[in-house]
Amino acid sequence: MFAVAHSGSANGTVTISWLDALASDLALNGRAKALRHGYCVHDGARLFDKQDDKPEFEDIMAAGTIAEEPTRRDFLFVATGAMGAAGAAFAAWPLIDQMSPDATTLAAASAEVDIGNIAEGQVVTVKWRGKPIFISHRTQKEIETARAVPLSELRDPESDESRVQKPEWLIVIGICTHLGCVPLKNDGPYEGGYFCPCHGSVYDASGRIRYGPAPYNLALPPYKFASDTKVTIG
Amino acid sequence: MSGESTYVPKSRLAKWFESRLPVGGLIHSSFVVFPNPRNLNYWWTFGGILSFMLVAQIVTGVVLAMHYTPQSGLAFSSIEHIMRDVNYGWLLRYAHANGASMFFLALYIHMFRGMYYGSYKAPREVLWLLGVIIFFLAIATAFTGYVLPWGQMSFWGATVITSLFSAIPLVGDSITTWLWGGYAVDNATLNRFFSLHYLLPFMIAGVVVLHIWALHVHGSNNPAGIEKKTAKDTLPFHPYFTVRDGFALVCFLAFFAWFVFYVPNYLSDADNYIEANPLLTPVHIVPEWYYLPFYAILRSIPSKLGGTAAMFASVVIIAFLPWLDTSKVKSAAYRPLFRVFFWLFAACAVLLGYMGSQPPEGGYVIAARLLTVYYFLYFLVILPLLGRFEKPKPLPPSICDAVLGKPAAAADANSRQVRERGQWPPWP
Repeated sequence: MFAVAHSGSANGTVTISWLDALASDLALNGRAKALRHGYCVHDGARLFDKQDDKPEFEDIMAAGTIAEEPTRRDFLFVATGAMGAAGAAFAAWPLIDQMSPDATTLAAASAEVDIGNIAEGQVVTVKWRGKPIFISHRTQKEIETARAVPLSELRDPESDESRVQKPEWLIVIGICTHLGCVPLKNDGPYEGGYFCPCHGSVYDASGRIRYGPAPYNLALPPYKFASDTKVTIG
Repeated sequence: MSGESTYVPKSRLAKWFESRLPVGGLIHSSFVVFPNPRNLNYWWTFGGILSFMLVAQIVTGVVLAMHYTPQSGLAFSSIEHIMRDVNYGWLLRYAHANGASMFFLALYIHMFRGMYYGSYKAPREVLWLLGVIIFFLAIATAFTGYVLPWGQMSFWGATVITSLFSAIPLVGDSITTWLWGGYAVDNATLNRFFSLHYLLPFMIAGVVVLHIWALHVHGSNNPAGIEKKTAKDTLPFHPYFTVRDGFALVCFLAFFAWFVFYVPNYLSDADNYIEANPLLTPVHIVPEWYYLPFYAILRSIPSKLGGTAAMFASVVIIAFLPWLDTSKVKSAAYRPLFRVFFWLFAACAVLLGYMGSQPPEGGYVIAARLLTVYYFLYFLVILPLLGRFEKPKPLPPSICDAVLGKPAAAADANSRQVRERGQWPPWP
C-alpha cells in the first residue's frame, strides 16, 4: 500500500513523486540522463534546468499532498517519528525515575522499637520513613473510655478494637490528617488524646478525630509485635 | 536570501499568538525555510550535534545536582551514592561524564572544519569569535565539573590548574589564594566550583544563541568557500538539513552510547575513584584527554611563567585566526599549499595530545617542544605568509557549479573575482 509511485490525480494526469522520478531516471537511463533532467546526483536533489520557475521544494511538497494513498515517504516519516518518540520516552524515564525514593531510603523502610520500658500512660515518638510514629501505652481507663464511644458520634467512624492489635498499645502515625502538622501528645480535652496546635484538630485516646478541621483519624502504620517488648514498624 | 519570514499561521489561536509574539515566524525562517548552501557535507552537522549535547549535559547535570553534595567531607561519597543508590544514577553520571568528552570531540571537529574550510573569514569573524568564547567557557565548565567528584585527580587537577595563576608576577599568590578561598584547595574551592559549574553552561547557552544569530546573518560557509548567490545555490533547511543533521546526530549518539554502556570509565582515570587526599599527590597526573595538547605545551617550556603563558597563548591565538590568515580564498579545497600545512597542523595537535599523556621525560619532551614550535609557527608565520605567496586554484563561479563539478571560469576572471570578493585588511 505504501509503494504507490504513480498515482492518478483527479483531473486524469499522472503525478509522479519527485523521488520516484529520480529513482526511475537513475535505474532506467543511468546517471547521464538524470543529470540532463536536472537532478544533482551527489545529493539526490533536483538542481536546475527546470522548465518552470517554481521552487522545487514546493514541487516536492505538492507531490506529497496530491498522492491519494500514503507514499513510501509517508511511511518512512511515520516510522521514523514513532521510533524517535519511543527513544525519547526511554531516555526520559531515567530522568523521571531518579526522583523516586533511592535505595538508601527504601532500605530504611522498617524500624524495630523496644517498647519494654514505656510506662503506662506514656506516649513515645519514634521516626519511621522520616515520619513521627506515636506509640502509646494506654491506661485501662483510656481504653474503656475509647471503647464506650458510639460510632455514630464519630466523624470517621472506626471502633477502637479495629485500630489496635493489643488494647494497651495504640500505634499511629503522628501526622494530623488536616495539613500535616505533628499533634501534641496527651493534650486536648480527651484524656490520653492528641491536639494539633496548627489548626486545632482534636483526637481522642484512640487517635480518632473528634472535632476541628481534620477529616480523618490519625493513620495507622503497618506493624507487628515481634515479641511482648519489641514491635517492628513497616 | 536572509530567510525572511513567509510564515502564515493556520489556526486562529496561532494567528492571535503570532501577532503578539512572532516566535513561529522566527523558527520558520531560521529552521524551516532558511536557505542553506546545497553543497554542505557531513562536517557541517556538528553544530547541531553540539547543540544537542549542550542540552543533554544541562539536563543530566541538573538531575545529578539533585543528588550531589558539594561539601568536601561528603562529595566523594555522594558520587558513590549516585552510582549505587539513586535510580539510574549510574546511567546519568556516566552519560554526563562521557557527554563532556563527546561535547569536546564534536567541538574539536567543528573547529577543525571551520579551519579547513576558512569559515572564520569575512564576513564571519564575529561568528568565529563567539565560537571561541564558547570554547573558553566549555574549558572552564569541564574543569570545574571534573573537580566535583572530589577524587584524587579532581583534587590535584584543581591544585595544578589553579596554581597556574601563581605564575603571574607580583599578584600571582594573592590571586591563587582568592581563587581557592583559603591556603589550599579545600571546601571553599569545591563550593564555588560547584556554583560556577552550574552557572557556566547557561552562559554557554546564551552565547550559542548569539552564535546562531551571527550564523544566520550570512548563512553557513560551505565546502566551496564561496557565498551563495541565487536560489539555485541553496536548499531549504527543512527537510534537507533537518534530516541530514538528525541522521548525523543518531550516528553520533550511537558512538556516545557505546562509551556510556560498554566502556564508561575508559576516558577517565582510575585514581579519581580514590577520595581526595591533600597530603598525597598521585604519581602521574594527567588531565582529561581534551586538555592534553595544551597541557603538553605547558610542560614543553622549561619555565613556570613561560609555560603558563604559552599554554594560555595557544588557546587565545585561535581567536585571532580571521586576521592571521591573509588568504582571501576560504576553502582548503582550492588552496593546495594550505591543505598540506593544515593537515600537518591537525597531526601536530593530535601528537601534542599524545605527548601530553606521556611522562615528561626524554624524547617526549623534545618531540613536544618541536610540536609546540610548529603549533605557533602555523598561526604566526605560515598562515600570514601563505596568503601572500600561495597561488590558489580557480574557484567555481557558483555553489551550484561546484556541486555539478563544472570547470571553473577562466583563471583571469576568477582571480579578479577573488580580488573583488576578498578584502584585506578586513575593516572598511
